[in-house]
Amino acid sequence: MTSSTRAGSPGAAVPVADVVRVRVPEPGLRQDVRAVKIVLHRELIRFWRDKLRMVSGLVQPVLWLLVMGTGLSNLMASGGAHGNIDLKTFIFPGVCAMSVMFTAMFSAGSIVWDREFGFLREMLVAPVSRSSIVIGKCIGGALVATLQGAVIVALAGLAGVPYDPVLILELLGLMFLGAFALTGFGVMMAARIKQMQSFFGLMQMAMMPMMFLSGALYPLNGLPAWLTVLTRFNPLTYAVDPLRQAVFSHLDLTPALRRTFDPGVTWNGWVVPVWLEILIVLGMGVGLMGIAIIEFRHSD
Amino acid sequence: MPGGGPAVEVDGLIRKFGEVEAVRGIGLTVAPGEIFGFLGPNGAGKSTTINMLCTLLKPTAGTARVAGYDVVAERDSVRRNIGLVFQDPTLDGYLSGEQNLRFHAELYGVPRNVTADRIRQVLEMVGLWDRRADLVQTYSGGMKRRLEIARGLLHSPRVLFLDEPTVGLDPQTRSSIWDYIRQLKDAEEITIFMTTHYMDEAEFCDRIAIMDSGRIVALDTPEALKAGVGEDRVRIQTADDEAAIAALRDRFGLEAGMSEGAVAFSVASGEAFVPRLFAELDVPIRSVSVSRPSLDDVFMSFTGSTIRDAEAGSTDRMRMAMRAARR
Repeated sequence: MTSSTRAGSPGAAVPVADVVRVRVPEPGLRQDVRAVKIVLHRELIRFWRDKLRMVSGLVQPVLWLLVMGTGLSNLMASGGAHGNIDLKTFIFPGVCAMSVMFTAMFSAGSIVWDREFGFLREMLVAPVSRSSIVIGKCIGGALVATLQGAVIVALAGLAGVPYDPVLILELLGLMFLGAFALTGFGVMMAARIKQMQSFFGLMQMAMMPMMFLSGALYPLNGLPAWLTVLTRFNPLTYAVDPLRQAVFSHLDLTPALRRTFDPGVTWNGWVVPVWLEILIVLGMGVGLMGIAIIEFRHSD
Repeated sequence: MPGGGPAVEVDGLIRKFGEVEAVRGIGLTVAPGEIFGFLGPNGAGKSTTINMLCTLLKPTAGTARVAGYDVVAERDSVRRNIGLVFQDPTLDGYLSGEQNLRFHAELYGVPRNVTADRIRQVLEMVGLWDRRADLVQTYSGGMKRRLEIARGLLHSPRVLFLDEPTVGLDPQTRSSIWDYIRQLKDAEEITIFMTTHYMDEAEFCDRIAIMDSGRIVALDTPEALKAGVGEDRVRIQTADDEAAIAALRDRFGLEAGMSEGAVAFSVASGEAFVPRLFAELDVPIRSVSVSRPSLDDVFMSFTGSTIRDAEAGSTDRMRMAMRAARR
């Protein structure tokens, strides 16, 4: 401790003998890749340091899964007699999606934070392309959100979902994809919004309807027409459905039950295949990230 | 630097924010290895100028070349060759000091085989090597500023821009920052371009440009600027101030006045004049002080006001310019 206080006091300059001279290389793909990696690395370091955030991010999903899931299960059990499915199992993929969504938004919001604390300036004046900074931020945010999602996946047993390695990999991959799209959305918003409060206010406003209209909490078949239309226009719908299909394909269910609880997403009666849903989410993510890159190129 | 030309070359540089003209056509040349000071009150256009030189702001008109590259046409080349220390902190408090530097090294493409050595070197230079693993949010204000200086140097820039590097720091820390800056000049082949509104700090510079209301009103070495103001300032306390003032006028032809409870006047060579004063003034003298003109006096003689008064007047202008700059 004494050495550190001495070093921290002013006037402790040490004469420099041999100066290590640095040549900053010409810009190129290699520099941009390095920039992407370090921006991403910083996200991971900060997530890892902030254990409180990791724990607090768990509270809401666990509440949904254990409290709401258990409570509403009673309601369902009293209704149907011909075999049933645990509500906890049903909402498990939805809860995974929700948790990933909140973490992804939080990661994207850190750009607004960085702007307020000046660190964004350090990134924007660097001799690297702005796109590498945005890409690093998006992939970093998605990775962090997937890590948070992995903690939820670890709770699968509580919801009656089997710990199948293939299923776990599928879930992690799909969560990463969804998180990537959502971080892209968040970063795009963060390019324009300069204040923390406005950012989170707006995110809250956007996220609640997205969640309720996504099929995270109820099956998307047999809904009134207006609700059907709204859910089909909600991008999150196409992130939740593949998760649910992955979970249900690893359960031992009668075809009738599966049709009721895992009906897939239909467009006017046509069942949208999973690959197309994945493509929609991926396209959305790349598109939003592209807009974010353009916005950051023009801001200074 | 291509051709070994000047480190900074500015010609007819203008920047407008809407109707407000923050920089009104300035020109200057800074030689490699110089410590060049930009002096002026807040709102004089110093930060706006430095932001244009750092490629953060596009000039409305005029040209500027830094390290031989045009700040508009060769933006990335300029950025690779400059280091920046801003007025406001730009560190990540949730990372350690070393992690902040590593982030910078990766972003600037510092070759991996020298990164560790170079980080150690700049951290030792600013006396933070022992604190490298601590989170930056635990650092004091002076330590943060030193870390920023270390970071600005990490990629061996040709020109280091320091925008008010000592503002808001206590006098002891300020003087230690200056130690680093001077030491830096000896250790690295670097040009330092800095702004300040502390008069005493401007004296450390090789040359100074005095800026007022968007224009450069004077540009020279501190000594030459002071010599230009000329005369020494003599202050005496006497038994009868009225009589002393009258005697100074009649016998020496000097125009004296009261200032802060003393009789004050200017003469070409103060030290030589004092013996004559004692011999020939018939009013008893209680104390004498002679002072060489300070940069404060220089500023006063060029702008007609002290730096503090000039600041009070330009605060509104500065606010407008800053708001426009943030957009």
